[in-house]
Amino acid sequence: MPIDILMPALSPTMEEGKLAKWLKAEGDAVTAGDVIAEIETDKATMEVEAVDEGTMGKILVPEGTDNVKVNEKIAVLLGDGEDASAIDAAAAAPAAAPVPAPAQAEAPSAPVAPAAPVVSEPAEDPEIPAGTAMKTSTVREALRDAMAEEMRRDPDVFVMGEEVAEYQGAYKITQGLLDEFSDKRVIDTPITEHGFAGLGVGAAMAGLRPIVEFMTFNFAMQAIDQIINSAAKTLYMSGGQMGAPIVFRGPNGAAARVGAQHSQDYASWYAHVPGLKVIQPYSAADAKGLLKAAIRDPNPVIFLENEILYGHSFEIPDMDDFVLPIGKAKIERGGSDVTLVSWGIGMTYALQAADELAGMGISAEVINLRTIRPLDIETVLASVRKTGRIVTIEEAFPMCSVSSEIAFQVQEQAFDYLDAPILRVTGKDVPMPYAANLEKLALPSVPEVIEAVKAVTYTA
Amino acid sequence: MATASKTTSARSKSASRTRSTAKKAKPAIAEFKKDDELHAYREMLLIRRFEEKAGQLYGMGLIGGFCHLYIGQEAVVVGMQMAKKDGDQMITGYRDHGHMLAMDLDPGAVMAELTGRRGGLSKGKGGSMHMFSKEKHFYGGHGIVGAQVPLGTGLAFANKYRGNGNVSMAFFGDGASNQGQVYESFNMAELWKLPVVYVIENNKYGMGTSVSRASATTDLSQRGASFNIPGEQVDGMDVRAVRAAAEKALAWCRDGKGPYILEMITYRYRGHSMSDPAKYRSKDEVQKMRTEHDPIEQVRARLIEKGWASEDDLKAIDKEVRARVAEAAEFAQSDPEPDASELYTDILL
Repeated sequence: MPIDILMPALSPTMEEGKLAKWLKAEGDAVTAGDVIAEIETDKATMEVEAVDEGTMGKILVPEGTDNVKVNEKIAVLLGDGEDASAIDAAAAAPAAAPVPAPAQAEAPSAPVAPAAPVVSEPAEDPEIPAGTAMKTSTVREALRDAMAEEMRRDPDVFVMGEEVAEYQGAYKITQGLLDEFSDKRVIDTPITEHGFAGLGVGAAMAGLRPIVEFMTFNFAMQAIDQIINSAAKTLYMSGGQMGAPIVFRGPNGAAARVGAQHSQDYASWYAHVPGLKVIQPYSAADAKGLLKAAIRDPNPVIFLENEILYGHSFEIPDMDDFVLPIGKAKIERGGSDVTLVSWGIGMTYALQAADELAGMGISAEVINLRTIRPLDIETVLASVRKTGRIVTIEEAFPMCSVSSEIAFQVQEQAFDYLDAPILRVTGKDVPMPYAANLEKLALPSVPEVIEAVKAVTYTA
Repeated sequence: MATASKTTSARSKSASRTRSTAKKAKPAIAEFKKDDELHAYREMLLIRRFEEKAGQLYGMGLIGGFCHLYIGQEAVVVGMQMAKKDGDQMITGYRDHGHMLAMDLDPGAVMAELTGRRGGLSKGKGGSMHMFSKEKHFYGGHGIVGAQVPLGTGLAFANKYRGNGNVSMAFFGDGASNQGQVYESFNMAELWKLPVVYVIENNKYGMGTSVSRASATTDLSQRGASFNIPGEQVDGMDVRAVRAAAEKALAWCRDGKGPYILEMITYRYRGHSMSDPAKYRSKDEVQKMRTEHDPIEQVRARLIEKGWASEDDLKAIDKEVRARVAEAAEFAQSDPEPDASELYTDILL
């Protein structure tokens, strides 16, 4: 029976890739372990090794093909004594059952109420001058461009972290920086988070402008003493004499199927601490404009990225120097019935829910916080005073979450405007499970956002 | 550490660094001229008298919280100071008053910080353990045991980045020498040849635990051996030995050869902090150090013996130092507390 060779997934979040090169031709003998092809993702070039023995029977996807989906059949391997006719025979047989799809979490599906379409329109970003040309960029490219532009602008800016230089970044955020700025300013560190975080803070105290990349913020737990006790508190403890202009950045929160120790969202941990600024961008424009601002900021800034968003493309302004203000939220959609507040990857649920709600006759205003600390509560309050209802959406744990803080401040300052209790849609109060179905259940979902909105608008 | 997936690009960093000898060097004694002896005497005496006064003010309830006195260890920081050049930085832990005085910070501003007054070095917002002076290249004053070691390594990183020829001196105790971040720092400092002298002030006790009860190997000067960092033990009660070792270590760093470790064998006469009853050692042990090894008495004896100062000369110096300390203490008591509005300043720039 011929064996199908499928497009492999080479990272937890890969969905598709380019079949860059075949290293075996049709008719070549293949031994298990042979490298048969090279595959490029937006992060890396990887080799595909044969798992079985046989003869390369047929190549189904020619080299150079872009956007080949994971699990798509790319070639057929023939066993001993089989020839190409076996391929046709196999094709005639019913297709083998695909790998069972991960069970979908059963979320209550909302009955769609027939309703007139309502307004929930994408809003313009007031920070972008009218008439500015736009271009498409992934979040990954935006982050890289932000660092490169700031490094060109200020020779005191440098980036350090694990695999940032020769490897071009574990998630390819620092791709190309080593070539342009040399190993003086793009520095591979040993695996030593506590050490290099502290070293970075010391360099910042001496007046340099370090960008410290954590491979993920989960590993920054090793370094959190230096971030809190050394970076955040020194300005105050020195009576204003000495601060630490430093950016700690890297992916934060859940990626996909990496389990409890690699999936935590730390926004509320850092947002708790006076002396830090905390940014959690959603779009490529957020990422670029806010990272540039963070690098220029004289304070320690925690910049929480998301691995899943790295590959997402957005329109960003085509400007020489696009900098966004820290501490200012953006109204992503205008609306009148309910306020949805989110940030980072939470925005993906909020925006999709807003679309679906519009079809149900509920007009949602969607606020992208962009910065967690300082919190732009005024933008949230202005919206709540208009809508009277608010739902917050985030992937972090619920206890002492950013949502908790927003709920507190809204009830404190807009209590009389509220027509319903404040609801929050968060990650569940459990360590992140590995199993696909449980992981899905542990994260927020669009149906959960819709349910919450129906509850606060009394339309359930 | 497993989120990044494997790529085809090979890891290129080879582990082929040659291992040179990190042998124990023979300690040297610097030749002190009259001016050197007098300088050392005056500086050490200022620290001694300042700390005695701080102890008194603590007893009177004028200094709060934790207060870690440097009495007994004066030769370490003064010997280092005598070897350093302008621009070299110092950073240390919470037993930091002596370092600030050696770095020429105003005793009144330091004492007023201890009493939490607006004229304190940190406007009264830092306290005994948290003071800084960018102008005098003193980078704290850190309350978390060992945290200053990566920070001091970062100061050295900045020196190398800028090519300014300065060296960072990172002080820490025998207790801190068991913290993991110390070794993370050693590794990076040697890997990148950073100009930093690690000064281990081994005063024999980490709070109440003796070195032998806390450390699997007690020759702390060799703690950098596996990173190839040279280290030596120094008689930290003899300011001449400290200066000689410091000169050698600083020259090593300034030559671009990377970090250097100096283990200063020293002793604190007082408790770990003011609230330490010091039950873990005998009174005889303390008394023996005071009478036989006191760093100030050693200098005093040499000055008299060589005829470089008379008893009257030394009394005059003592009087002058006492007057400076009294003035500092007076300021620290009369200066007002910070204005309430200071609560919300200096959090962000």
